[in-house]
Amino acid sequence: MPEMMTLIGGRSSKQGTTLCASKLGAEYAEISSTVEMNVEDMARLGLSNNSKVRLRTPVGEAILRCKGRETKDLPPGILFMTYGPLSSQLMAGDTAGSGMPISKNLDVEVEPIRDESGA
Amino acid sequence: MGENVKVVRDATCTFCGCVCDDMHLTVDLDHKRITKAENACILGKAWFREHAIEERPLALIGGRPATTEAAVEAAAQILARARFPLIYGLSDTTCEAQRVAVAIADMIGGTVDTTTSVCHGPSGIAFEGVGESTASLGEIKNRADLVVFWGGNPAEAHPRLFSRYSVTPKGMFIPNGRKDRTVVLVDVRRTPSTPAADIFIQVKPRSDFEVLWALRALVRGRRVDPSIERRTGVSLTVLEDLVARMKSCRFGVFLFGMGLTMNRGRHFNSGALLALTTDLNEFTHWVAKPVRGHGNVTGADNVVSWQTGFPFGVNFSRGYPRFNPGEFTSVDLLTRGEADAALIIASDPADNFPKAAIEHLRRIPVITLDPKATPTTQLAQVAFTTATYGINVSGTVYRMDDVPITLRPAFESPYPSDEQVLTAIRDRVRALLGGNRLPAGAPVAAAS
Repeated sequence: MPEMMTLIGGRSSKQGTTLCASKLGAEYAEISSTVEMNVEDMARLGLSNNSKVRLRTPVGEAILRCKGRETKDLPPGILFMTYGPLSSQLMAGDTAGSGMPISKNLDVEVEPIRDESGA
Repeated sequence: MGENVKVVRDATCTFCGCVCDDMHLTVDLDHKRITKAENACILGKAWFREHAIEERPLALIGGRPATTEAAVEAAAQILARARFPLIYGLSDTTCEAQRVAVAIADMIGGTVDTTTSVCHGPSGIAFEGVGESTASLGEIKNRADLVVFWGGNPAEAHPRLFSRYSVTPKGMFIPNGRKDRTVVLVDVRRTPSTPAADIFIQVKPRSDFEVLWALRALVRGRRVDPSIERRTGVSLTVLEDLVARMKSCRFGVFLFGMGLTMNRGRHFNSGALLALTTDLNEFTHWVAKPVRGHGNVTGADNVVSWQTGFPFGVNFSRGYPRFNPGEFTSVDLLTRGEADAALIIASDPADNFPKAAIEHLRRIPVITLDPKATPTTQLAQVAFTTATYGINVSGTVYRMDDVPITLRPAFESPYPSDEQVLTAIRDRVRALLGGNRLPAGAPVAAAS
């Protein structure tokens, strides 16, 4: 059963150094396909580091790998991922007349993927 | 390392909006690469290290190698035929190139928009509504004794903002550097920036506006109900303590990030922070600066403002500039499927725009100018490889505090600059159109 969580998109220094080399390389793809999640949430969902989860919004979905963060660093119910091709899949185009799409604090469904193939 | 080595002193890093101009670069001229970047942060070191000359075609047309001249012709044909073209990006190129891009938009009756619209565009809207109490980074370094970072993570996105301007450096009136400053960080999560702060205030997601408005009330001596903690995650005691510090400091600064602008509330969040800044100036001196991402995104705001009167999202289809975020901003134009061609300069919307906008980019002819291959160059009909600004190309960029800085390039590139390519496109479009494209019904006198 999917759970609702709040996804924050942002930058990281690793993403910043990697994009200087290439946005088409394996390293950038790996960084932008990782989602940080509270370790207690992960335990409850039966997830461990590198487990796959499906994130879904009304406009799209993406499959990412989990990385655990302690509660003092990332509160329960909050997710963080760096901007990239997969975060784009989750963003709606509506800007409420501002020009700015919402890319922080998105409501997302989180669904563990039990089959490691991701199928 | 080759034998032919030179050192470029006081070069400028254009990775982020700090635009640090104290780089000492060691350049291997034989292999056309920078082998050492003294004073650079982790991002700057990667920026200089990874911008050696790559073996790429001068241009691609339909994915096939082409000359720059052939690509200019193909690009000009696309832009001259388009009825509602979009020119977008511009935050990682020089002001000289930005100026030509605006001229093309004017000529073809198109829209010119910059990455500001998906960065601090909402803050730009707020500036127009609320105003801006501002300062240079030098003033902040020399005077600010209370520094509040709100909704940003400079340790990872702008590392030297801490060490060069706002946290650790000694200043004229801050003789002991870090010891003379109180640093506050407001964010929804702990980040690598958090240890730099004396006070970390963790707000619940989507409650920045409420916290800022409560601070405004407290600054004005109004009562705030303790239930504010339930809504925002921040206790009244913490807010009252912060207000006491803000009213009693000598020089306070808000350095705010996209935790405010990319969030629910957008320009209302930025406007609340700017209004709080105004309120605080009744007690002591306060300024607010948006922390800018790309190396010359501030230049893009300046150039587009000089030339059109507006900072971003400017449309020329009536023969004069009109500004209307939501109507003439890139995400909207693409998501609604309105743009029928796009010229993307030094930007990669296919990597970070919403899905629907990227899908439309795949449906229309796209022209790109970029030193690197990116998801956007991959979908382009015409893709120019261009030289890297600051490393191969001189020109002017604006630091995030609107201070212009001249670039000192390290070595020559075999590829043309953005300005050279855009100038060639502009001249060819002008020839194809016979001057500016005028809208139907425009006064005859305007054509003369």
